[in-house]
Parts: sequence; structure tokens; C-alpha cells
Amino acid sequence: MRRIYNKIEQIAGNVITVIADEVAYGELAKITSREGSSLAQVIRLEGDRVSLQVLAGTKGISTNAEIRFLGHSMKTPFSKSMLGRIFTGSGEPRDNGPSITENMIDIGGPSVNPVKRVIPRNMIQTGIPMIDVFNTLVESQKLPIFSIAGEPYNALLARIALQAKVDIIILGGMGLKHDDYLFFRNILEKNGAITRSILFIHTAADPTVECILVPDLSLAVAEQFALQGKRVLVLLTDMTNFADSIKEIANTMEQIPSNRGYPGDLYSQLASRYEKAVDFEGAGSITVLAVTTMPGDDVTHPIPDNTGYITEGQFYLRNGRIEPFGSLSRLKQQVNNRTREDHRAIMDSMIQLYALYKESIEKQSMGFRMSAWDNKLLKYGERFEREMMDLNVNIPLEQALNLGWQILADCFQPAETGIPTKLIEKFWPAAASNGTL
Amino acid sequence: MGCKCGSIESVNCHCGRIVGINGNMLTVEFYGTVRQNEVAYVVLGDARLKAEVIRIRGRYADLQILEEPRWLKVRGHVDFTGELLAVELGPGLLTQIFDGLQNPLPELAKQCGFFLKRGVYLDALPRDKKWEFTPVAKKDDTLRSGDTIGTVPEGIFTHRIMVPFSLKGRYSVERIAKPGSYRVDEVIAELKDKKGSIVKVSMIQKWPVKIPLKCYSERLMPSETLMTKIRIFDTFFPVAKGGTFCVPGPFGAGKTVLQQLISRNADVDIVVVAACGERAGEVVETLREFPELTDPRTGKSLMERTVIICNTSSMPVAAREASVYTAVTIAEYYRQMGLHVLLLADSTSRWAQALREVSGRLEEIPGDEAYPAYLESVIAAFYERAAIVKLYDGSMGSVTIGGTVSPAGGNFDEPVTQATLKVVGAFHGLSRERSDARRYPAIHPLDSWSKYCSIVKPEDLQLAQKTLRDGNDVAQMMKVVGEEGTSIDDFITYLKGEYLDSTYMQQNAFHSVDSSVSAERQRYTFDKIIKILETKMTFDSKDKARAFFQTLTQRTKDWNYVDMGSFEFKGIEAQLDKMIGEVAESAQNIQ
Ligand SMILES: Nc1ncnc2c1ncn2[C@@H]1O[C@H](COP(=O)(O)OP(=O)(O)O)[C@@H](O)[C@H]1O
Ligand SMILES: [Mg+2]
Repeated sequence: MRRIYNKIEQIAGNVITVIADEVAYGELAKITSREGSSLAQVIRLEGDRVSLQVLAGTKGISTNAEIRFLGHSMKTPFSKSMLGRIFTGSGEPRDNGPSITENMIDIGGPSVNPVKRVIPRNMIQTGIPMIDVFNTLVESQKLPIFSIAGEPYNALLARIALQAKVDIIILGGMGLKHDDYLFFRNILEKNGAITRSILFIHTAADPTVECILVPDLSLAVAEQFALQGKRVLVLLTDMTNFADSIKEIANTMEQIPSNRGYPGDLYSQLASRYEKAVDFEGAGSITVLAVTTMPGDDVTHPIPDNTGYITEGQFYLRNGRIEPFGSLSRLKQQVNNRTREDHRAIMDSMIQLYALYKESIEKQSMGFRMSAWDNKLLKYGERFEREMMDLNVNIPLEQALNLGWQILADCFQPAETGIPTKLIEKFWPAAASNGTL
Repeated sequence: MGCKCGSIESVNCHCGRIVGINGNMLTVEFYGTVRQNEVAYVVLGDARLKAEVIRIRGRYADLQILEEPRWLKVRGHVDFTGELLAVELGPGLLTQIFDGLQNPLPELAKQCGFFLKRGVYLDALPRDKKWEFTPVAKKDDTLRSGDTIGTVPEGIFTHRIMVPFSLKGRYSVERIAKPGSYRVDEVIAELKDKKGSIVKVSMIQKWPVKIPLKCYSERLMPSETLMTKIRIFDTFFPVAKGGTFCVPGPFGAGKTVLQQLISRNADVDIVVVAACGERAGEVVETLREFPELTDPRTGKSLMERTVIICNTSSMPVAAREASVYTAVTIAEYYRQMGLHVLLLADSTSRWAQALREVSGRLEEIPGDEAYPAYLESVIAAFYERAAIVKLYDGSMGSVTIGGTVSPAGGNFDEPVTQATLKVVGAFHGLSRERSDARRYPAIHPLDSWSKYCSIVKPEDLQLAQKTLRDGNDVAQMMKVVGEEGTSIDDFITYLKGEYLDSTYMQQNAFHSVDSSVSAERQRYTFDKIIKILETKMTFDSKDKARAFFQTLTQRTKDWNYVDMGSFEFKGIEAQLDKMIGEVAESAQNIQ
């Protein structure tokens, strides 16, 4: 059986077409030309016409480049020796260390049987009140940070990763700025976390479509560790680059776009990655924290929109703060009934009052007179933003809840908070600091 | 060549070979006869992967493969079956968790471990289990399809074993099994048709999922309210048994939480949950929690009245479409037993997207947002399968269908939402503003509607709706003229609207008492709130009015949180009456 070909029929975008036999859907090939070599993956078969997506891009590839079919689909090694190591977007060492070839496993494997999942139940403490109190992060959750360029999303990602008590951290970087890559590496090293980390890094300088494998590589390795009972945290930044690569390939293949040029299967493509987050029955877990920068700061853009439908909530990072509106942890109710009995009431009423504060702000900005009630809300909102929302605040959950009560008591009468009387009786601070009671 | 059956180029040949692969779309050259929508198996090593014929052109059939296409090759062998995609019907469906093709997932986990494995198809109904059969028909009885041959107890239900729905005409009973325990695939009756040929009948029958079951004498108007125990549903936007409803909303607005609540509390016999293309975690909640929860109607575990069809977002896309049809066929099957069945599909948009993907690969002319032109008719045909019917024996059964819709960008002006709105009987639109403000369930009280009958008096309902509208008008006006430019009467109207909203429209999904409210309690509470809305009130200042309503709201919420029969319930009610009495009196004094 012939496995090496030397004649490319067509080159369009990052897709090449060759005439070949006995090729399997999804098979990997190695393309070697003067420019160097790249992996390519079979994405369409029509008779003997084989279309392949070239990971390193087609720039400079000549029609007589060598195409060698490898007889397998994309794989990654899986071993403990990967800890502390840094790889490229196609799984090659990026840190001058030896290449690892032991225990090669498939990437993009089948999905977990839902009956082998358990209901998530462990809170991940972050010390950030906007997360711990209002949108609790839970082990095995899949959750993106929705943000825009210039916001400190990578710093937030790193902070949560270091604070979370997990066994293994896997960082998948897609189109990462070189500075950001160094930032992650340095902060992991400085905190002694690098020895339990594996980095798959695709930078902005690398060919764009090469980032398309980063989530699959990261998640395949994570899955193996989780099956061995490890609690794994996967960080993916920035998923917008991943989605844009998918779009690029789809457009080259002349697929009919569904929405702003994105293919109709964007949802399924993203879901098959995010759904790897899991809490296995009788084994470990995978938690996925991702970054999605919103093109044009527009949450209805297909990338954040499809992501929101897939993930278990989202954190909006705006002006350096986690926004209370829109931010959501869909798993919070799995854990916040076992933290402290006032947790849910504080969570709900503080946000409801903050929404009213926003209305008062709007009225004020339109020049309306502020009623006594408006003034209470203004006072409240200002303290809420300063003492709860500011990302510099770093306090444990209990303390944050107590602080919540104190702020409420300093600003309101009990009935104005809408909190059930039973909880008021138990938790309302005896002496409000400004003596309004 | 690719033919393995030896009858190449004859009509009997059932072989084909792959000539093209584009994602989950295969183009297959065939040699014999092929039926539109028939099932074919694509052979890959030892595995046989299910696929469905979706277009035929000349000697080529386009198949959507219901599994991952990875590693298939051109020239691969395909086996056509000549049969449409069908499900197995019989005792043992309840409590089950199936994938979209009716594979039992717990059984699959036993065989394959943590991960799903393509090409493994197990019996939907366990073959080793025995059922206590009681014959109903007698020798020489004349029967037609859908008539009861006998019954077996299935959990809390009497499961009717029926004459196969696919049999046409009349049959006489030639032989019927004695009472006793039988496996599902044992023959329990022999029926003779007019020409004298014998049909052997077991407890299992198959039915093609895309064809509605119609063994009933009459389809009726849905009129009886299906209690969901959610106030804003039952009182304001009710659902009827045999009717349809849809819940569109942006992500995170609360569609799934609503469906989960309804699946627990709905006053029906059986609930079929179709988790279609969304998160696996959400199904896990249902399948782990239901066995532990008791159904207040029966005292048994909730799982005993539940069937879960689960084709979540990372499972094969083409099987998503199959999954909603599998679900509705199972629902219709239990309806044939005179039961009331509720089908909840989350989310119908994912299924529509699967259609779109296939349509794109077939290079059909795309409509709006690249959905195929036939999207509307497909959605309409699906919801049309909801019905309340009178069966041949006079008993009534119903299938009610509720689907969530996940519109792109949260904008309802998109093809799936619009197509769904045209055919459903009730619309519960979720709004981002309400969910952001934690006003759950975030159903928009002014935009939503229902054509079905409420559980409260129409005139009271009108008053409540008017209060909401007027309150909203004042709120809008206040944005322009400010609180100071608003009269105190208008301001009270606004506060009344807010009060109704926060104490009645909103409901705490996670509170043991408030999460499900009986019809009796809804009427009682609603009555009280109507009295409050009708009460003429005057206050010296807006601040006083606001303070009064804040306290009233808090007390009413406290009231919602205690058991109806309890001592506290009476106590809080007395406090509410007193508060209202006082303002009413002061209003009178002023007059
Ligand atoms: N009725 C409700 N009461 C309290 N919280 C709710 C309610 N509905 C939704 N939520 C919150 O919103 C989150 C998202 O709800 P979900 O139903 O999953 O949204 P959707 O299916 O519309 O994307 C939930 O995880 C929960 O935290
Ligand atoms: Mg949902």
C-alpha cells in the first residue's frame, strides 16, 4: 500500500488536496517541503481526493511537497515525566527538554458515559468574594472568563489556579502573547507549582491553525490523570483563537456559514471540548477554566454566545472587576446549601439590592431628585463595589458573608433587604456601625 | 466490488460502499433498492456503525452517520437494512436512561466502562427479566392494533400489552398465554388475520420513531390544566394536558432549572426527559437525584415514572435528531395505555442545529441563519405529536410537549423560536433582565402568553395582569419624569405591581416549600393578593408607601416559605390581614 505522495492537486487556505488511496477519515499525515515539516489531518474524502488541514499552515508549500500518511490519528504521550514540561501546539517540546514518546494516547477520544459522572460537590475556594459568595466555583465545573483585550484575565486565571487545591494544572495557550506565556511560566515557577503543571503553548507568533489541537491535547492528558484519581485543573486561554481557527478551516472548505461567518457546528465543536470537564465516579476530576475574549465586547457574538450555552456559567471580567450581572456559576447551588445557612440569602439579596442601586445611579445621572431610599442604595452600592467587588479583596467565604451582613446592616433596615425573618433574627449584626437601627 | 451479499445489481442486494466522507455525512454507492430514511450499518473492522439514509440521487445515497465518523475509509462496506429507524416498546422502559438511539446507558457502562463506545448497540428492554402477565383478551375475540391483549404490572402502572400498532385490519385471537411470568420476547398471543395467517405477538414491538402513533378513536381539545406547581405557569400562563409550550431564553436565564422543576412536580403519570444536545451534567442531576426523591402522588421514587433520553452535546450530533423522536415515540406508547405523559425536550435548538448541519453538508439552499427551508414544517410536525386522545376503549391519554429554545444571542427573532411560536399553545419567554436581577423564574410577565385555561378566576387574573401592566407603565414613566414627577397614586400602582411580581410571580426554586405550590394553595394565596391589590391605599409620602410595601413583601415571602397547614401560616396570614386592615382604614378615614 502506497503511503507517500508527491503531488498536491490543490492548495487553498490552510487546506491541501491530494489524490491518494486507502486513507482514513481523521488520519494524520506529515507534510515535508523546503520550509520544513508539518502535521496535517484528513478532513474530507471524495473518491480518491483527500483534503487535509495543514497545522503549520500552507505558506511556502510547493505542489511537490512530500505527503506521508502516518496510519494513525493525532496522539499525545501521557506520562508523569511530562510534569514541569512545556510543549508546542502540536505537542513537540518547547523547552529544549527531551521529546517524550512513551505511552502514546489518542486525543479527542469518546465522551464519558453520563451515568459514570457524579454530581459535582466540592467547592473550590478562591478568596474572591465575587466568586466564593456570589458565583461559587465547583470542582469539575467548566467555566469561561468573558472579557476583552487589556483586562487582567490571565492574571485572574493564574490566581485561581494557584489558590485552588488541585493535584495537576494543565495550561493550554492559544495565540498567547509571548509575555503572557512568560507570565504564566514565571508565576507557576515562583509559587512552586510548575512541578505539577504541564504547558501546551501556542503563541501568537506560531501559525494560527496550529492552536486547533491545543484543547484536545490538554484535555486528553488531563483525562488520563483524572482516571488515575487526580484532580486536574485545565486552563485554556484564549478560546476565541481556537474558534477562529475552526472558522478559518470551515470557510476554506466552503461550508455554509450560519452566523457571522462561523460554521453551524461551532456549538458542537466547542461542546466536545468543554464537556471533557467531569467528576468521575470512583476516580478524579477535570475542572476547565477558560478565557473567551469577546470580539467587539459583544456577548451576542457567536463565540461567547455558543460558549455560554455550553459552559456551566461564566465570569464577566470588566474594568478589572467581576461583574455581578451576567456572571453566573450554574453549579453554585450544588454546594452553597452546605456552606452556611445564610449563604444563599446573602447572595440573592445583595445582588437584588445592587440591581436597585444601578437604577438609582441611572436616575441620578438623569438629574432626578434622590429619595431617602435612593440615598440608602447609593451608599450601599458604593460599599458593595469597594468591599466586595474589588479584585484586591482576598478573604475566606465566612468572613465575606459576615462582611455582607455588616454592609447591609450599615445601610438598611432589616425589612428593606427582603431577607427571610428567620435569618435576620439570627445573623443581623447587633450594632450597625453607623447606628441606623 | 463492494457487494458481499452475492446478489449484486439485483433489487435484493443490500450492499453499498462509501465513496465520500464529509463530517458525519457519507455518500454511498448502492446496487440494489434503497428506502428513504432506512437504517444502514457502516462496517468498520468488527464494528457496525448505525447510519440513516437522508437523500438518494441515482446510484448514490447520502447517509448521516449516527456515530463519530473517525477512521472510516472510502470503499468501506455498507449494509442497508430496509428498515426505518425504530424503537423497542414494551415493559421495562420506565426508570431507564437511554441514549438517542435507545441504548441503555447503565448497561453500556457495565460493558464499556467510563466512556461511550461507538458501534455497541444493546437491547433497549432487558431480555432476562420476567413480567407477571394477566391476559385480558379471550380466544376468538376480535382485536385491532392498539387493543389490549393483556397487562403486566410495571412499577406503579398497569402496563398494557397491545396488539402491534403496525398490524392493519381486524384479527381474531387464536391463542393467548395463561397468567404467569414471561420474558418480553416470549410469544404471549397468536392472532389470525382475515386470510387465516397467524401473527405471533410478544410483549415487545417496534415502531419507527418518525411516524406518529395514531391508534385512537378521537383527538380532543386540550382543556384540563396540567399542574406544574409553578405559580407563574399555572395561574398566569398555564399548560394543558395534551398541549404544547415552549421556553425560549438566553443562556443562563433558567430554562433547564424550569424543566427540572416541572419534571419533578408536574401532575402527570409519566415524564419523558429528552436531554438533547446540552450539558451532560444536567442529566446527571436528574438521574442521580430522581431515585432518591419521592413522588408525592405515589409515595414511590420519582424515577419510577421517568424515562430519560440523553444525547448530550458531546454525543454524536446526528443522533440528536433521533433522540427527540425516540422520546416522543415512547411518550405516545404510554399514552396508548390511557396515561398522561409529559415530554420535556431541552433543547430543541440543538436538534434544529443538527438539521442545519446536515442540510449544509447536503448543500441545500440555506434559509435564514443557514437553517433549511423545511425547518418550520419539521418543528410543527414534532409539536403536532402532542395530543389528548380518546382511545378505542374510551379511556383518555395524553402527550404534552414542552421544549426549550436556545436562540442565538438571546434574540427571539430567529428561525427556531419563530417557527416554534407559530405552533405552540403557550409561550414562556425568559428575559435576561429578570435573570440578572435574580427575579426567578425569569419568565417575562408581559410578553409571555398561553391559550390554555388558568386555575384562577378570569376576572381576578385580568386584574392581576392589569396591575402588572399599569405598574410597568408607571415604572417606564418614572424613568422619564423621576419619582418626584410621579403622583402618589401612580406610585402606589407601581408598588402594587412590584409586590405582585416579587411575592407571586417569583418563586424560589431551591426552597423545600416554595418550590412547588399546589393548586389549592395557589388559589388561596392569589385570592389574598387580589384583595391586597384591590385595597384602596393612601400614604403621606412615597417613602412611607415604599416602607409599607417592603415590609408587606417580606412578610408575604415568609408566608410562602411555611407549610400551608401550619400554625405559622395562620400567624403570618393574620399579620398580613392586620397590615392591610390598617392601611385600608386610614384610606377610609382620609376620605
Ligand atoms: N428558578 C430559579 N431559582 C434560582 N436560581 C435559578 C433559577 N433558574 C435559574 N437559576 C440560576 O441560573 C442558573 C442557570 O439556569 P439554567 O436553567 O441552567 O439556564 P439555561 O438552561 O436557561 O441556560 C442556574 O444554575 C441557577 O443558578
Ligand atoms: Mg439549559
